[in-house]
Amino acid sequence: MSEGGVPDALLAEATAGSRRALGRLITIAESGGDAADALDGRLVGAPGPGWILGIVGAPGVGKSTLTGRLAADAAGDTPAERVPRVAVIAVDPSSPLTGGAILGDRIRMQGIGDRRDVFVRSMAHRGAAGGLAGAVPIAVRVLGAVGVEVVIVETVGVGQIELEIIHVADTVIAAMSAGWGDAIQASKAGLLEVADLLVVNKADRHGAGDAVRDLEQMLDAGQPATTDHGATWRPPVLTTVATSGTGVAELWAAATAHREWLTATGQLAPRRRERLRHEIGRRALDMLAREVDARVKTLDPTANDATPEQSARRVVRDVCAHGG
Amino acid sequence: MTPDQLPIRILLAKLGFDGHDRGLKVIARTLRDAGCEVVYLGLRQTTESVVIAAEQEDVAVIGISMHNAGHLTLGPMMVQAVAEAGLDIPVIIGGIVPAGDVSTLKAAGIFDVLGPGTPLETVVATVHAAASADPGSAG
Repeated sequence: MSEGGVPDALLAEATAGSRRALGRLITIAESGGDAADALDGRLVGAPGPGWILGIVGAPGVGKSTLTGRLAADAAGDTPAERVPRVAVIAVDPSSPLTGGAILGDRIRMQGIGDRRDVFVRSMAHRGAAGGLAGAVPIAVRVLGAVGVEVVIVETVGVGQIELEIIHVADTVIAAMSAGWGDAIQASKAGLLEVADLLVVNKADRHGAGDAVRDLEQMLDAGQPATTDHGATWRPPVLTTVATSGTGVAELWAAATAHREWLTATGQLAPRRRERLRHEIGRRALDMLAREVDARVKTLDPTANDATPEQSARRVVRDVCAHGG
Repeated sequence: MTPDQLPIRILLAKLGFDGHDRGLKVIARTLRDAGCEVVYLGLRQTTESVVIAAEQEDVAVIGISMHNAGHLTLGPMMVQAVAEAGLDIPVIIGGIVPAGDVSTLKAAGIFDVLGPGTPLETVVATVHAAASADPGSAG
């Protein structure tokens, strides 16, 4: 087959409803390099998913269980045996030592694991920075191109600064659990100031009310996001018990309201354009990093003809002069 | 990264009513440390849920752990479910399988059977062999 033949055939099969073909396409996206780029090239101009929802939060707060519940709500009663309306991409960390990974998000999503109308894909982050896998943007484009309407992206368990999700999702839900932090935690920069919705999960446990109060006070002290048109969005603070499903319908409704706000205020298209700009920048930096690494590996760091700063400048000059 | 360097993706699960998952967790950790991406489905799966996950996750190998004496029933059912879905993914069984049943399972299409005491290096080598026996997959 020609270069484009393999993705074309798989895209046709996946569009007709083949899970196997869709699974294979995402593997190609994950493999990176020329194969992934050839696939991405077939997707130029294809419609993206209607809505990309991100779920971010620390390890163990219940992101996967919430994701499974939200995916089931999003899927509703779609007839089986057609292209799924909803897809989940669940990212877990790769070992920095061996590259191996245990992808354990599916076991929290038992309710949707054997549904034919929700497509669930686990992804190892394979060393990418920011709490997502580098393949997520292409995988999202693949899902949109074959007809998936809603993509839910679950990040690895993250702390405060792994915020790549805001460059992928239209709507970002930050999840925390009862007993989380205090007022000072809530006022720190990072995750909480970029989320569109805040959810306190495990709300049947002690400390849920305190967490909600601290988060509301944090929001009171700040300025809500304002668009060019003057419209503002204050992130709602919700509570859920994901294991039982309590509060999930309300969370879904609040997330949907954010999606409608994005559309009503004309922000969806410009946000997506900015995300593509970010992705181009990130890919360019990755390429430069590889060029820099190759040169740094071969130099003698103890050579005493230059300071580290001067050596670094030489490397950059060499990359600019000869870089691929 | 060339395709040869991509991690092997393997799915690990237990079928039906069989709560003995300690061994499977050890295998999951071992394969992780050997550089595999392990999609861990855990307990109480069905042949159907394993097939759906294997398609979505595009795994190169399926590993089923059995400690409930159901291997002669569920092993061939698993192989059949994989074949009926049009998949070419080898199935490895680990756990308690009497020596006399191994040839029966292999005749039914099970790639290999790894019983108690199997060295972890052998587990890793068997997974590598299974992954390369399936030229159509990601491993």
